[in-house]
Amino acid sequence: MNNDKWRMPKWFHQMGSPKWFYEFAGPLQLWFALAAFILLSMGIAWGVAFAPADYQQGNSFRILYVHVPAAILSQSVFLAMAVAGAIGLIWKMKVAFMVARSCIAIGASFTAIALITGAIWGKPTWGAYWVWDARLTSTLILLFLYAGVMALNQAITERNTAGKATAILAIVGSINIPIIKYSVEWWNTLHQSSTFSLTQKPSMPAEMYLPLLLTVIGSYCLFAFVLLVRTRNQILQTQTQTSWLQQHPDVTGT
Amino acid sequence: MLGFMMVIIKRDLLLIARQPADFLNPLVFFVLVVAMFPLGVSPESALLSQMAAGVIWVAAMLATLLSLELLFKHDHQDGSLEQLLLAPYPNWSLVLAKVCVHWLVSGLPLILLSPIMAMMLFLPYDAVPALMLSLMLGTPTLSLLGAIGAALVTGVRGGGMLLTLLILPLYVPVIIFGASCVAAAVLGMPISAYLALLAALLIFALMITPWAASAALKL
Amino acid sequence: MSSVLSPTNPPSAAPPKAILHVQNLACERDERCLYHGLTLSVQRGELWHIKGNNGAGKTTFLKQLAGLHSIDEGDVTYASNTTKVIYIGHKLGLKDQLTANENLSWLVSLSGSSTQAQRYDALEKVGLRGYEENLVAHLSAGQKRRVAFARLHLQYADLWLLDEPFTSLDQQGIADEQSWLRQHLHMGGSVLMTSHQEVTVDGVKILDLGNYALANDLFKRGC
Repeated sequence: MNNDKWRMPKWFHQMGSPKWFYEFAGPLQLWFALAAFILLSMGIAWGVAFAPADYQQGNSFRILYVHVPAAILSQSVFLAMAVAGAIGLIWKMKVAFMVARSCIAIGASFTAIALITGAIWGKPTWGAYWVWDARLTSTLILLFLYAGVMALNQAITERNTAGKATAILAIVGSINIPIIKYSVEWWNTLHQSSTFSLTQKPSMPAEMYLPLLLTVIGSYCLFAFVLLVRTRNQILQTQTQTSWLQQHPDVTGT
Repeated sequence: MLGFMMVIIKRDLLLIARQPADFLNPLVFFVLVVAMFPLGVSPESALLSQMAAGVIWVAAMLATLLSLELLFKHDHQDGSLEQLLLAPYPNWSLVLAKVCVHWLVSGLPLILLSPIMAMMLFLPYDAVPALMLSLMLGTPTLSLLGAIGAALVTGVRGGGMLLTLLILPLYVPVIIFGASCVAAAVLGMPISAYLALLAALLIFALMITPWAASAALKL
Repeated sequence: MSSVLSPTNPPSAAPPKAILHVQNLACERDERCLYHGLTLSVQRGELWHIKGNNGAGKTTFLKQLAGLHSIDEGDVTYASNTTKVIYIGHKLGLKDQLTANENLSWLVSLSGSSTQAQRYDALEKVGLRGYEENLVAHLSAGQKRRVAFARLHLQYADLWLLDEPFTSLDQQGIADEQSWLRQHLHMGGSVLMTSHQEVTVDGVKILDLGNYALANDLFKRGC
């Protein structure tokens, strides 16, 4: 069978079992929620109230602390969705499809937030709410891709088939991610180039940069939390026939 | 395998010859859409020639979308798609054969009609070769990526509209580079970079369509 | 005349003369388990009649055997790579805008070849002499089905997978078809078919998917 193609560790296949995932994700989601709350509140409070004003933009730059995490997450979530879909296709795991399905709304929300906060920031900085430069355009395309995946998921009534179809679409659409990421390098765009880089020190002073780091990590924790909640929800909705769920305390209320 | 693909291509061309409306209509649509712009926006040649590149490209894209849904729909409805999938040849060869047919009856006529469209929109004659070259590289990409969408929505309710929603985001890079190529030619600037980008998109489409479309057909 | 199948059959290699061996096949639709642990062997000269109510999974089972539907659990093994299978689904696979002759031509050329004389011959065998150059769109439902069956007379196949083959046929058509089935079995071929009707062939093996699900308590649990 397919499972012999690559030897995956035992925990990988265990995660594919809805029962195991449900149990495992329960306490984990609480930790992520806590981490998200702490990091985000610290980061936003620090960035909005305490970080020094930018010498060029004044105080309007502070929307960066919401805009940048949203933008980063919008791309990461799409990649996560594509990877989860691929895992579902290769190893025929229902849980992987559920994870991918949970990502759709989360990612679309982050993308919308990034675009809206970007427009709010653009007006005082560039004089326009919107310009058709490479990064903005490709982020808008990302929103349309999310909409397409959402529409396809709803149009196909059989759940398994819907999972496979959206996985294929997500994989094809993920070509857009490197285009977004490198668009600011390949073209002369109005949008500024990357803030974060794995290899170089950031060009921002530490007091501006650190709260940004906190909000980015906090947003990832928020994503993880919502993802686990939504996936567990799907397990509850779809596994009603199974005996383990019917006897579970969450369902019987004991 | 080439024989298998030729059987499909010949069969489909014969079917189209017997019921040409399905593929003639999008071409008429292409001409009409382009004609709408001088009528609806302005007949000023200066204004039109600025818009010409983009208008022709967008119209070409819309015309392609119209004929895409039919790529697999009839075969799915009468069961012949099942028989094609069961043939002892890889399913991706079926997809490529279908894309070939689609391009022959959709992309190729668009390329041949484009000089006339250029004339209607006052596109400078010097830019027409660039227009045709960009369409030559771009329309196969549109057919290929479109096949993925058509395969995904086969048998799904509301397929046509859904197909458009799925495919348009993937088409945007092709439109941008195609229209920019022609716009650069109008300004007398070199177009080789844009052609290279269009070629890259074509190669990407060639790599991903066989896998994605045949996986989608088996759903 | 029926064989009992159960999920407790120990896994085994396919018996030597089997054309097709199914091991632990499962199918799930919308979180409902249609069948699970299905195991059976089809020998040369056997006809299997797959029964079950609507929605029991008969068509999906045939499609899994043909390779048209994904198999998430279990194995379907044919005797060899060269085992020839012809699948005629519920939708016949004929193009309306082609003639009967043209349809047979492209259907056969997917995996073989045929001459015009052979095709005319096959159409005559199914009682469609004179209709060879008629567009399929102008044929009745029963005649269309006969065109689809003409392919079985044109191309030899070890295994026929037929989904509701008696649909739209009149009394004569059904009788004709039963005799073709008998002929095919006599020549050493095998058949797996679904039908709501009874099949009057000796030694029919029955797989009742509806009872299978009930007997194995599949409604109470997922696959």
